Amino acid sequence: MEFFTISMLNGLSYGLLLFMLSSGLTLIFSMMGVLNFAHTSFYMLGAYFAYSISGAIGFWPALLIAPLLVGGLGALFERYALRRVHKFGHVPELLVTFGLSYLILELVRLVWGNATVPYGLPEQLQGPLFTLYGTQFPKSRSFIMLLALLMLLSVWLLLTRTRIGLVIQAALTHPETVESLGHNVPRVFMLVFGGGAALAALAGVIGGNTYVTEPAMAGAVGSIVFVVVVVGGMGSLAGAFLASLLIGVLQTFAVAIDQSLATGLHALGINVTDQTFGHDLLQLSVAQVAPILPYLLLVLMLIFRPKGLLGRRDG
Amino acid sequence: MANSVVKSGPLGRVVVWGLFAVLLIVLPLLFRSSLALTMLSQMGYLVIICLSYNILLGQGGMLSFGHAVYTGMGAFIAVHAMNQATKGAIWLPVSLVPLVGGVAGMFFAALFGYVTTKKSGTTFAMITLGIGELVAAMSLMFPAFFGGEGGVTTNRTYGAPFLGLTFGPQIQVYCLIAAYCFVSTALMYAFTGTPLGRMLNAVRDNPERVEFIGYNTQWVRYLGFIIAGFFAGIGGALAAINFEIVGAADSLSSVRSGGYLLFTFLGGATFFFGPIIGAVLLVLASVLLSEITKAWLLYLGLVFLLMVMYAPGGIASLIMMNLRVAKSGKLARLLGWYALLAVTGALTFFGIAALIEMIYHMQLNEALGPVLSFLGIELNVKSAASWAGTVVVALIGLGLFELTRKRFALRWGEVQGEIEAAIRAREAA
Repeated sequence: MEFFTISMLNGLSYGLLLFMLSSGLTLIFSMMGVLNFAHTSFYMLGAYFAYSISGAIGFWPALLIAPLLVGGLGALFERYALRRVHKFGHVPELLVTFGLSYLILELVRLVWGNATVPYGLPEQLQGPLFTLYGTQFPKSRSFIMLLALLMLLSVWLLLTRTRIGLVIQAALTHPETVESLGHNVPRVFMLVFGGGAALAALAGVIGGNTYVTEPAMAGAVGSIVFVVVVVGGMGSLAGAFLASLLIGVLQTFAVAIDQSLATGLHALGINVTDQTFGHDLLQLSVAQVAPILPYLLLVLMLIFRPKGLLGRRDG
Repeated sequence: MANSVVKSGPLGRVVVWGLFAVLLIVLPLLFRSSLALTMLSQMGYLVIICLSYNILLGQGGMLSFGHAVYTGMGAFIAVHAMNQATKGAIWLPVSLVPLVGGVAGMFFAALFGYVTTKKSGTTFAMITLGIGELVAAMSLMFPAFFGGEGGVTTNRTYGAPFLGLTFGPQIQVYCLIAAYCFVSTALMYAFTGTPLGRMLNAVRDNPERVEFIGYNTQWVRYLGFIIAGFFAGIGGALAAINFEIVGAADSLSSVRSGGYLLFTFLGGATFFFGPIIGAVLLVLASVLLSEITKAWLLYLGLVFLLMVMYAPGGIASLIMMNLRVAKSGKLARLLGWYALLAVTGALTFFGIAALIEMIYHMQLNEALGPVLSFLGIELNVKSAASWAGTVVVALIGLGLFELTRKRFALRWGEVQGEIEAAIRAREAA
């Protein structure tokens, strides 16, 4: 019970962090049809900016300033690079963001170096929030959960309850009509791209000090976020939410289980030795298999339900 | 080699292919150093790999982020086959090992391609990335087959000599690679003309219409994917023969896949011969450029980004467009502009590169003192004059370049318009 509760909480906080990343990606994809390969690079930039800013003026201002800066950079990139290749089609758009991810990685290495930077938690977030069955649950992880839920709520309110949200929603399905009503649709796209980048950076600000801040952090989470978006259903925000939690919980539980097929068979009275067929496979513990579980889920999902959990159409 | 240079019938085709063969034979005679021979060998199999990648990207419009899976698996199966043959468990001369790798690549492409080619466009790209990560992560779980961190080693000099070749000296390995390179390139060029190759183009351009005619687009993509996997496997196996070692962390990684994508695109995905240029650049950049500067990945990223934005057809399309201009006799009008662009571009590059090198020097070589030499000029990272000077040079260069580029773009548009008008007039006549 203790193992279950703590793993569940850890899994949920990791899943919510994944959702903060995948929500921006999904928003950009569903609006502009652009798969932003550099999305997790913005996440990394958020973490590094926050590290530098919090060294100068503290963590709490950084929580606000770093996402704004990254959002601005994202908007500039959309305006001067992405919009230019838009006429060539979706593959060049993907390529230009791929090139950007390359560039950001090298720039981060150039400015902050190759090693991990000491980006620590602020005092207010250090230590446990509560103790459950003798195990402590850290404040930082609960802060991630709180922030992700707040963000989910405010994005939802922004999209459904405000004027700009309605314009964004309309531009999603009928860009020409919205344009003829006098709205500047390219500027809306620019705002959405910048907003998505800012959300990713916000995730970076709190993910960077809860986990680690290093040049490999973008790549480590990058492909997982793509898995989330495909499993949830391309362009579905609710699907991304569900898939993030699913994958977060799945991975957290898996790394903690030290059982293998061999121990399972042993319990059934079958002994696995070096001579047994498929010995290598049977000896693998669940914890060892954990890194590939999201990708296995992706493959299974594509075979049995190609449109994803909550996808609308089979594209 | 090029489908549009050679429209002049069978004679032109024979000339181009003859030149390609002569080049493969003459190059190792011209560049005799062992470094040059190593680089030529690498270029040989990378040409195969980049061309196979272009079956996906250029011909089928499929942006794959996991091509290293098929080259890597081809390499691993080839290495294990060679080790078995050394033990005498199977009969397999070294000259046939690339075919084993090809079949392995084909097998894995058939296996994974069934899932990936269900989708096209951006979703396809994401799924290939996922499969690539899956295979890369799995390779670390089975050290018995993938050799763990150390990789799997082999020895290519087993068995009886084939036509007097023992494959001990590098030049003999080059001969093997060159032979496979020529045959594979010819086969892949022939593939572009087959009905399947043509359907692949159609599926790239207009899948709905293809479905309407009655073809299954998914099946066409799947077959194209399997063929690309076959040639990727050949390339991987040749790499394994060349290095006699294959490492899981390296040859299956997404970094490797990204490299194939980057250079195939830089070379030019829209022309058949583009990836050949890309493969040559890949070797030059990773062997020579990385020696000159530590920041080579940064320059590469910048060049790639500019290429996607301003010349999405890659270097090949730049060559072909200028050939078209030259054919119509209008190149002379642009030459002056090219010279101006080159001068202002060089100035910009000089300023920006000096800045980058100074920052890199601060980051990496602090211990060596504050002075670095850049293209013969002494720069001091501690002096404000060096910083201000490079920034000013970069800004002036950028401003002049942008000014020239805008004027040039106008001229270029004029010339292209005239050529197109001439073509239309000829067609009407």
